[in-house]
Amino acid sequence: MATLQVELVAVERKIWSGEATTVIARTTEGELGILAGHAPVLAQLADGGVVTIRTTEGEDLVVAAHGGFLSITGEGVSILAETAEISSEIDVERAREALRRAEGEKDDPDAQAAVRRAQSRLRAVGESV
Amino acid sequence: MAGNLRALRRRIRSTRSTKKIFSAQELIAGARIVRAQARVEASKPYAREITRVLSALASSASLDHPLLTERENPKRAAVLVITSDRGFAGSYNVNVLRRTEELLGLLRQEGKEPVLYVVGRKGETYYRFRERDVEQTFTGFSEQPGYADAQEVGQALIEAFTSGEDDDHDNGAGGSAGPDGIAGVDELHIVFTEFRSLLAQVPVAKRMAPLEVEEVEEFDYEREDREQGVAKDDGLQAAYEFEPSAEGLLDALLPKYVTTRIYAAMLEAAASESASRRRAMKSASDNAEELAKNLSRQANQIRQADITQEISEIVGGADALVSSGAND
Repeated sequence: MATLQVELVAVERKIWSGEATTVIARTTEGELGILAGHAPVLAQLADGGVVTIRTTEGEDLVVAAHGGFLSITGEGVSILAETAEISSEIDVERAREALRRAEGEKDDPDAQAAVRRAQSRLRAVGESV
Repeated sequence: MAGNLRALRRRIRSTRSTKKIFSAQELIAGARIVRAQARVEASKPYAREITRVLSALASSASLDHPLLTERENPKRAAVLVITSDRGFAGSYNVNVLRRTEELLGLLRQEGKEPVLYVVGRKGETYYRFRERDVEQTFTGFSEQPGYADAQEVGQALIEAFTSGEDDDHDNGAGGSAGPDGIAGVDELHIVFTEFRSLLAQVPVAKRMAPLEVEEVEEFDYEREDREQGVAKDDGLQAAYEFEPSAEGLLDALLPKYVTTRIYAAMLEAAASESASRRRAMKSASDNAEELAKNLSRQANQIRQADITQEISEIVGGADALVSSGAND
């Protein structure tokens, strides 16, 4: 089966790169599933969303990506994010705590961004928020 | 004589202990360079990707975004200066500030009023001492800048830039505030120290906005790819689909691109700062070593002279006794 070359980069470091069969991401326009040979697309990822990368080993890599873009070219997929964390690295307690704290302040745009960041982290570890 | 000797000994002791501080600083700076360089490396994949995405967009979207268009008759230009928080870094800050003065002179010549944004405590005090107006300062992270810091700076700059869009450009010098009542800026410049190698750090001034998407950096990346034998089957020319629209994407992407460039500049500056500090501390500890050596030579000489004098006094005294005994 044809594979995709996936690059996941955050601003401060490269998070993951490798071969994958499918990438599922939520853009501002809606959910998007990508297989090899997909048409070239540039998309903005929805805030608070997660990206799922199904590797060639059949493993699912769930990533909380915030403030990101997705670029699909002939060779593969690159995901650019301001911050990105793989689900196994996420501190669930801290994310819950951050969500609780930030939800108190509805008017502050910074707090709203924090809410979305925390939500995407929690979604990445499989909780529904 | 003895008092002089004691003073010398004290100086030797204090020189030796300052030398210890210098060499400790040197080691710390050395370790920091390595870390800073690693961070510069780690930030490159993102910079490369975002440049690639942007140039793909640039070829498809109409480029009339405010961050890209040259304003008619620009009046105010923001200058972001990146200096260090701490001194002890040789000519690092002096060089950056001198380069900034050059740029400010140039901008004034072109009839633009420079507006200063300063990163680092050293730059802050420099301008405060000269009683020059500084629009905003950011301190406390010059050695280890994080992306959040770059975002803070970027946000302030982009805000100033976008609020400058409606300013009245035809009205007198300095430009007056437009309908929004905020006197924004029409150009963004950045002055930082480029890290060329451990021995060479060069202060550079660059214009960040209006942006030119066709950039040397970008060109280099593409060449790099070719050199590495990566076949780029014209991925950039491919007809992209955009979600949301190309214009929407450009709106979201450009501020991030500016922030990324500020972040990259800060990382370079941090590496340069550590490199200059290490060099300065190395020569400081060498000098201290040299000074201690000279001082101990002097001290030994005085000590020797004291002993010689004492001996000759004793001998003289004994001689006097002997001759007075012989007379008896």
